[in-house]
Amino acid sequence: MDELPVDGDLIRRLRDRDESAFTLVLDRWSPGLRRLARTFVSTDESAAEVVQETWLAVIEGIDRFEGRSSLRTWVYRILTNTAKRRGSRERRVVPISSDDGPTVDPSRFQEDGPFPGHWWEFPPAWPTPEQGVLRHEVQELLTQTLMQLPERQRVVLALRDADGWSSEEVCELLGVTAANQRVLLHRARAFVRGKLEQYYTQEATS
Amino acid sequence: MNDLDCRRFVELVTAFLESALAPEQEQEFVDHLARCDGCDRYLDQIRQTTQALDGLPGEALSPEIRATLLDAFRHRPR
Ligand SMILES: [Zn+2]
Repeated sequence: MDELPVDGDLIRRLRDRDESAFTLVLDRWSPGLRRLARTFVSTDESAAEVVQETWLAVIEGIDRFEGRSSLRTWVYRILTNTAKRRGSRERRVVPISSDDGPTVDPSRFQEDGPFPGHWWEFPPAWPTPEQGVLRHEVQELLTQTLMQLPERQRVVLALRDADGWSSEEVCELLGVTAANQRVLLHRARAFVRGKLEQYYTQEATS
Repeated sequence: MNDLDCRRFVELVTAFLESALAPEQEQEFVDHLARCDGCDRYLDQIRQTTQALDGLPGEALSPEIRATLLDAFRHRPR
């Protein structure tokens, strides 16, 4: 993908009503915004509305944007706030993952025995993509799983792994330290891995 | 033998992937990886998980919403 112009240029052009600059960011960021919005709200339609509302707020607020964060972080912050408000109005699953404790069920490891701390049984193998994994079903599962994560874990995972943000950018958006960001990312990944394991195990036995 | 067991290994995977482990800890991690097929598989599955998330579709805006937004941008009061 082509590089976007630097923030200074982009912001100036947006303020000058340069439509091509707006089209550029609109088309570049909307898919990621929509995916992140979807993790807060319960339908695709609702997510699309949140994205629309976000861009309207961006249009309305760009003249007052002070550039204390990057433009993208600012836009994503508006999105998260909008999506959060909307999500809390909708009936949402209560997060079942937590922010502390081990990320893998402790009963998977030997307590005493000959090899304390080692796996009782290795994690079951997953099918390789060539074995015809139901792609659409897995994607639906991943979307559902994201919604079961506590908010900060969810945002970190969506941005880092789905949207390809750097850890620095995520730290800036959430105002967390690099170490904290890593913990959130790890907890989220481990939770999703566990869900995939469940899914593949069920697939293998059904 | 070092201290790193599987229970601890699984908590360090992301730190390892982010190159955030101290050199000594990283060495322990790599040593454990070399002799434990279970943890080797675990690490690989975390990698697969991040790859699966990377493939999550992010849909473009519908033409209607896109047109509405471009229109709103165009007619924004000065
Ligand atoms: Zn191990």
